[in-house]
Amino acid sequence: MLEAFLTSTIAMATPILLAALGETIVEYSGVINIGIEGSMLCGAFFGLAAAYFSGSLALGMIAAVAAAIALNALLALLVVNLAVSQVVAGTALDILALGLTGVFYRRLFGITGKAFTVAPIRPIALGPLAHIPVVGPALFDQNVIVYAAFALVPCIAGVLSRSRYGLELRAAGERPEAADALGLNVYRIRWQALLIAGALTGLAGGYLTMAYADTFVEGISAGRGFVALAVVIVGRWNAYGVAAASVLFGSAMALQFALQASGTAIPYQLFLALPYALTLAVLAIFGGQANAPSALGEPYVRR
Amino acid sequence: MKAGIIAKPIAAVILAAALIALVLLALGASPFGVMGALWQGAFGTWLAFTETLVKAMPLVFCGLAVAIAFQGALWNIGADGQLIAGATLAGALGPALTHWPHLLAIPAMLAAGVAGGATWGGVAGWLRARRDVNEIISTIMLNFVAAQILSAAVHGPLMEPSRAYPKSAPIAPGAELHLYFAPSRLNLAMALAVALAAGCYLFLFRTRAGFELRALGRNRRASAFFGIPIARLTTRTLALSGALAGLGGAVQVSAITHRLYETLSPGWGYEAIAVALVARLNPLAIVATAIFFGALDNGAQAMQRAEGVSPVLVQVIQGMVIMILLAFDTSAWSGMRTVFAGAPTVPAANTPAAASDA
Repeated sequence: MLEAFLTSTIAMATPILLAALGETIVEYSGVINIGIEGSMLCGAFFGLAAAYFSGSLALGMIAAVAAAIALNALLALLVVNLAVSQVVAGTALDILALGLTGVFYRRLFGITGKAFTVAPIRPIALGPLAHIPVVGPALFDQNVIVYAAFALVPCIAGVLSRSRYGLELRAAGERPEAADALGLNVYRIRWQALLIAGALTGLAGGYLTMAYADTFVEGISAGRGFVALAVVIVGRWNAYGVAAASVLFGSAMALQFALQASGTAIPYQLFLALPYALTLAVLAIFGGQANAPSALGEPYVRR
Repeated sequence: MKAGIIAKPIAAVILAAALIALVLLALGASPFGVMGALWQGAFGTWLAFTETLVKAMPLVFCGLAVAIAFQGALWNIGADGQLIAGATLAGALGPALTHWPHLLAIPAMLAAGVAGGATWGGVAGWLRARRDVNEIISTIMLNFVAAQILSAAVHGPLMEPSRAYPKSAPIAPGAELHLYFAPSRLNLAMALAVALAAGCYLFLFRTRAGFELRALGRNRRASAFFGIPIARLTTRTLALSGALAGLGGAVQVSAITHRLYETLSPGWGYEAIAVALVARLNPLAIVATAIFFGALDNGAQAMQRAEGVSPVLVQVIQGMVIMILLAFDTSAWSGMRTVFAGAPTVPAANTPAAASDA
């Protein structure tokens, strides 16, 4: 019971973590990406579609990443170059993604009723570690994307806090004018950040359909992108904090299955609402945006 | 400049239509067939036209909700949840109003809608004002919570007595808004929606409170400096915004569905963002843009029957229209140069700081 819950927690935390790591980088550069939900959804659909028609999971993951990067590039064009409202452009991207995936999904699979599924990415047990009681399966018997997501945490933390690239990101997000005056190209930094985040969000989407659910349903991302936005705040724009917050929200999602399975009299819908209600509660307690990059959400126009 | 206010949205819609045609070709459908079916479905007959107005109604309420909040730079993405909260409260009250006369029952329904929506919006406002919680995220989360509460309600405490389907018991006859134009579902609530739009316009542009709200939207820090009570205004604005959406929910239950269903809203709150933006956040223009998007929703059903293209295509159109409009509106086209030129080439020291108002 506990073992299954922990395994499910890590599995549920992974897509949120991947998306939230990408969003951390984007927010460091001064952009808030509300379109993250749409990127994840497009990655989920187009990745699975590519895997389904090509028979290759690797091609599927590449397509998932490419789809999400394409969407983020569209967003970058709007919010970086054209300096439009980041909130509105991101929301438009979410609506667009919901429509695009829905239209193609129904056209390709709605009428024929063919099963839109692939053999999922298999877990790789890490030798004897996987047999450790309670935590073994959760930590050491997962698929390669899960390992990659958690391995990325210290890498991204290191890059953000110790590298020149991290410093440039921070400059673009804290004082874009000053960064510009120092000869940094704020536009390019924000573009790069959005493309990197696109890759991570695409992985998250591909994970949903090719490792977690093995299939696609409309709106399969189910707010995970939005939860990732909250995770970045709760994690205080720090990769380790983001990882901890992702696991917390993963556990809320896993809890809903455990509680449903336990057959209580409480309506299951309230369990479904749990991760979102938890997001609200956690934000209400830790919500302050004091650690946010100073120029977060503000378009930068070079004079 | 004045002409641009009307010309730009129209140009945006035309450009979006061209892009949609490409999507349709990719799907193997005929763009002209689809557009024809859309038009027929939305305006082809008197009944189709009235149904377009019916589809536009919730969009007016939610569009006003979005416009009021966005005018204050409060990003309410939660009109959907607020509409559901209002509808749920009204739908819970409705069946209890047996033997109530219309004159009491209908105001009670509407009041329930206002209360539900204002609470849902007010929570986000309070969180923003007092706990510094980003309202974008809180309103989105509240959408999910509201949808699940409605689902739990119609599967549980509010489920119809026969317990056959996940829907609530019908509201009392007194709580039903009359349909004077049967067989069409057009009703007097459309007049209420138009009146509210006028009211919102007067509020925003002719009252001190509306001025303060718009000032807040332009510059939060300066507003605080001039003594505008930011925290209170934030909570109040999001509550008002939620109340408008919640009222729309109550009207929907009172006039159209007469009971609660799990799938009450097909995402009106999100669509309303497009409605409000195309209308430039002007409440009067929202009536027109809501009818435009209502026509798309209504025509989409006919499009599916005739051309086999799913109605979710409408969302593709919405997303594209918003993006194109944003691109048309921006004053920062100079930013495009840096995409193609690698490094920015604009001399930095040329413009005085005072000119920086983009």
